Amino acid sequence: MTTLAPPATATMAQALNTALRDSLREDPTVHILGEDVGTLGGVFRITDGLTAEFGADHCLDTPLAEAGILGTAIGMAMYGLRPVVEMQFDAFAYPAFEQLVSHVARMRNRTAGRMPLPITIRIPYGGGIGGVEHHSDSSEAYYAHTPGLHVVTPGTVGDAYGLLRAAIASDDPVVFLEPKRLYWSKADFTPDTPVPELGRAVVRRPHTPGGGDRATLLTYGPSLPLCLEAAEAARNEGWDLSVVDLRSLVPFDDETVTEAVRASGRAVVVHESAGFAGVGAEIAARVSERCFHHLAAPVLRVTGFDIPYPPPMLERHHLPSVDRILDAVARLQWEQ
Amino acid sequence: MTVLDHPAAQTWPPDAHAPRRDPAPLLPDPEPVRVLGTPALDKLDPDLLRELYRRLVSGRRYNQQATTLTKQGSLAVYPSSTGQEACQVAVATALRPTDWLFPSYRDTLAVVSRGVDPVEALTLLRGNAHCGYDPYQHRVAPLSTPLATQAPHAVGLAHAARLRGEDVVALALVGDGGTSEGDFHEALNFAGVLNAPVVFLVQNNGYAISVPLSKQSAAPTLAHKAVGYGIQGRLVDGNDAAAVHTVLAEAVAHARAGLGPVLVEAVTYRLEAHTNADDAGRYRTPEEVAAWQEHDPLPLLERHLRAAGLLSDEEVEQAAAEAEALAAGMRTMFHVKPELDPMSLFTHVYAEPTPQLREQAAQLAAELSADAEAAAETGSEAGAR
Repeated sequence: MTTLAPPATATMAQALNTALRDSLREDPTVHILGEDVGTLGGVFRITDGLTAEFGADHCLDTPLAEAGILGTAIGMAMYGLRPVVEMQFDAFAYPAFEQLVSHVARMRNRTAGRMPLPITIRIPYGGGIGGVEHHSDSSEAYYAHTPGLHVVTPGTVGDAYGLLRAAIASDDPVVFLEPKRLYWSKADFTPDTPVPELGRAVVRRPHTPGGGDRATLLTYGPSLPLCLEAAEAARNEGWDLSVVDLRSLVPFDDETVTEAVRASGRAVVVHESAGFAGVGAEIAARVSERCFHHLAAPVLRVTGFDIPYPPPMLERHHLPSVDRILDAVARLQWEQ
Repeated sequence: MTVLDHPAAQTWPPDAHAPRRDPAPLLPDPEPVRVLGTPALDKLDPDLLRELYRRLVSGRRYNQQATTLTKQGSLAVYPSSTGQEACQVAVATALRPTDWLFPSYRDTLAVVSRGVDPVEALTLLRGNAHCGYDPYQHRVAPLSTPLATQAPHAVGLAHAARLRGEDVVALALVGDGGTSEGDFHEALNFAGVLNAPVVFLVQNNGYAISVPLSKQSAAPTLAHKAVGYGIQGRLVDGNDAAAVHTVLAEAVAHARAGLGPVLVEAVTYRLEAHTNADDAGRYRTPEEVAAWQEHDPLPLLERHLRAAGLLSDEEVEQAAAEAEALAAGMRTMFHVKPELDPMSLFTHVYAEPTPQLREQAAQLAAELSADAEAAAETGSEAGAR
């Protein structure tokens, strides 16, 4: 087996592929299964070359049936394997919802810890890629609302690698949401960085001393680059925005979020999915409960509208934008 | 000339319309297989037949006792398998201890037949725990309440065992209603494609709660569904314990030999209502029930074994005594209140509790401690008076 030198830069898709390859190399109990993950390498090529290197038993093309894929993975996990399931698109994962909610999330609890299910469920999610209907959903709230699941989403190339390694290594089931609009984003990449602990947020952009009026953007996954862009643009308005990348929606890192918001006194939550009863609502409530006396303004949200995901030619009106984020920041009651 | 008349359409694509395998060998038995009252009975081991009888007698008593415990309030609900005991006990005799069973909620007798303690098997229905037994101890998956959703688990487990080179057959129990679920379809399809060593036993008891089979499926028999997945179908009289054992044992051997999965339909009848909370009089007639009582698996087996000289009065009495001992044991064990620890609510949600669950656990602990203090105060006041 040849070991290739890690690329100096990589796309998120390549980083995910490397994470799967390294997991398969290190742990023979890891088995990938899904639609088109074998010969084709997945519709996004995340499993490219894995069947060739590890054989069809370790990277298996399954029939086109998501409940069957996840249900089969459950049985495999019951027998001591560590399945990694690929759902082809966000909205194609819904047929597997019952297996996920009624079995994957509960089996450890149901059996008083005797039958844990270390399954990673990879789901490409989110919009912004010009996809037709059912190819752009942000379904994180459904999963985050289900006790027993970890819900993880990377916003950077490095995290895509590290968090996926951590997800596969976890003894709990992990819903691993891959922001497909970032699949082709590039960054410096070294796979030998330590695998991060699941459940920890990270401050991607700290405040600058003397940088201006402070506020904090709380975001994750596909909206992270957008928030970093907005923070950069905000300097022109005299605002110094810190950006917190949640990375894990469950468990939620109250500590990092609370510390960041207490330091700035203002917060905006940004995500693509619909705002009503979304993850942002939970975050806003948690921040209000923990930071009330530090807040100079209500926590605001910039989210997708409460509509079915729009056709691709209209999606730019739906998705959060730099302008919409800056508009929200402007409404954080600066003139008190 | 239509498109299909075009000469190219006759030859291309090659073989696209030819069946990929002969469906005839997959077709189920033309009639439900029976052993009792046929020459096939002579071929079976008399000890096995007597074991089936003892298990059947105990199984019937188990169902009666569980129903009584429910009426007394010891179980929250009990879906009885009275009338289906032949299927329930034959599951245990047809499998090896190293095989796996995937039951649904009406299959606690099958679970007990595998060796699980009755109290542990009934915790779900008692309401003190979702699954009271260790699935790995007797290789029995937790009782599945969402119908047929455990069928793909059986496929995955059998597939995993095969990947590891281990000799394991998985047997999934489904009802007639469950065959309408998408998970049933997906499980059979995956099993066929993966050639997994799985047996699906459909206990066709005639009703999905109130809905009769005629409204559930238009299939010739439920066993015919196997053919569409390229797997073997079998049809058996589900009230003939010797037949159920024989057909299941053949199916398990078939799967174990790597010849592929098998779908067995056992034609049986639920002699009692869906659960204690159901009123079967609303959807079926006493005449229908009476007709099936004439084909009750327990007297059926006893009659044929006695006629064949395989069962003595003494053995019948001994089986009855064993069954009474089981029932007495259940009464004693259910008399003991289950230990409940409210703090256990948080212990097995994740491998390690999340920070949020630790906070919530602390909240509950504080509430419990305040309750305990209040109770102690009330107690000491009462004592002072």
